[in-house]
Amino acid sequence: MLTYLSKRLLGLFPLLLGIITISFIVIHTAPGKPTDLQTQLNPKVSLEARERLNALYGLDKPLHIQYINWLKRFAIFDLGNSFQDDRRVLDKILERIPLTLLINLLSIFFILIIGIPIGVIGAAKHNSFFDKVTTIFVFIGFAMPTFWLALILMSFFGLTLGWLPISGITSLEFERFNLIEKVIDIARHLILPVFVSSFTGLAGISRFMKTGMLEALSQDYIRTARAKGLPEHIVLYKHALKNTLLPIVTILGLSVPSLIGGSVIFESIFAIPGMGRLFYDSVMARDYPVIMGILTIGAILTLLGNLLADISYAYVDPRIRVTAKAQK
Amino acid sequence: MVSFFGLIAIFAPFLSPYEPDAININEALLSPSRAHLLGTDQLGRDLLSRLIYGARISLFVGIIAVGLATLIGILLGSLAGYYGGMVDSIIMRFTDIMLCFPTFFLILAVIAILEPSIINIMVIIGLTNWMGVARLIRAEILSLKEREFILAEKTIGASDFRIIIVHLIPNALGPVLVSATLGVAGAILLESGLSFLGIGVQPPTPSWGNILTEGKATLGYAWWLTVFPGLTILLSVLGYNMLGEGLRDRLK
Repeated sequence: MLTYLSKRLLGLFPLLLGIITISFIVIHTAPGKPTDLQTQLNPKVSLEARERLNALYGLDKPLHIQYINWLKRFAIFDLGNSFQDDRRVLDKILERIPLTLLINLLSIFFILIIGIPIGVIGAAKHNSFFDKVTTIFVFIGFAMPTFWLALILMSFFGLTLGWLPISGITSLEFERFNLIEKVIDIARHLILPVFVSSFTGLAGISRFMKTGMLEALSQDYIRTARAKGLPEHIVLYKHALKNTLLPIVTILGLSVPSLIGGSVIFESIFAIPGMGRLFYDSVMARDYPVIMGILTIGAILTLLGNLLADISYAYVDPRIRVTAKAQK
Repeated sequence: MVSFFGLIAIFAPFLSPYEPDAININEALLSPSRAHLLGTDQLGRDLLSRLIYGARISLFVGIIAVGLATLIGILLGSLAGYYGGMVDSIIMRFTDIMLCFPTFFLILAVIAILEPSIINIMVIIGLTNWMGVARLIRAEILSLKEREFILAEKTIGASDFRIIIVHLIPNALGPVLVSATLGVAGAILLESGLSFLGIGVQPPTPSWGNILTEGKATLGYAWWLTVFPGLTILLSVLGYNMLGEGLRDRLK
């Protein structure tokens, strides 16, 4: 296990370097300068002032020096200061991350506790009414433009019925609430965003579970288990399910980037002050240091998600550990 | 369903009852009626006509973007799969790195720098979605290149280029076709999401996404401006997904 872990961790460094490099390239292939925006807003800004801005952000240096500076700063977690309010980018991002993570973790949680049973029942009762209904739901889930779903739900539950708040994460009177009321308030605000962000993933997982279970159920060891007279629920849950659950971990790891990316959309729709919203605002304001920072941190989060998935996979599946050792 | 939307896009000028850009303030925000089957928007433009013309933009963006992604993927994937060794590890590491970026972030970041035009959007979606195809092609070629007919080609002195282009790629194309079809569905969703955030196809050019965005403002009292564009996106994406699934089952 330890050898596997250390190998896996060592492999992270080139990836990390690559991520930092690509985010640097992305920003610097741009025609036009970040300072253009500020100067365009005020046409009277003199050439001299423009150059001062350039110097301040180090934009007047040659590209390779900028790159080395960018790497150096990254090594000490200094992502620079925001163009907009001159606050440290890292601080700006860190204060937004918990909310985005909370919503994404909640979605993953719901995806699992709802998606897995749907898939299992779909496979156990193949071609039943339930199976057919959920298959249709899965197809729709894949094709659903989530922002549209968000709008419709917002309008129905928020405006027509007035049951749920439609934007932000706290009510106006939030400060006056006691602890329990505060928790309930936030939960009410999170229902729609979490539902929307788990919708597509739900379709994916339940479908994956169903095909996985169907395949597992056609295996020889299942026939053996049935033949020796085990009750159906033990065959299903103990034998088939266990083997199907394994790949789910990988799938979850792989879905991290799309979950994080999707947060841009639902956070801007529901006006949630998370990382996605910050990213969107920064894109609109051409706030390059923040954009670069979030791009890189988003990629690093993905990397960590995958790492976590791999480690837990190795933890539950002895075959992986053994292979890693053998390769050594 | 796919050919239905495709035909609509091709014959847009004949099918749409009105000009998509014709502004008629007197007929603004009409609910669906016989004159305007799906109603009109704030400026009195006919929603059905705009959706029909939007089909052109949305499908075009989706197909071109995926075409580009598939080309890049085939190129890198076949190089990696055929040559192996260093080439393979460099290309595959690069693929891994690209896979780490949340696509949506990457696209937004690039668009923040470039201007959001239709061309840019197609190129960016293409440049950020080739990784799946590259992996697929690589895996296919890895197994294909061990087969006898490739060995035969080598013994008669065929060049690497010829082997890759004439023999390997066509044989690996099946799964790629499936993933490209599913990719079009994804690209349509992506484009509409971008346009919805106001950084995709810019108005007045109608795309399904930006029609939806314009409808958002009047959701409270003109539901048709939000519901119909959304349904259109849903149905076309559904169509491409089903086509992809169908192809996959066929190939098995």
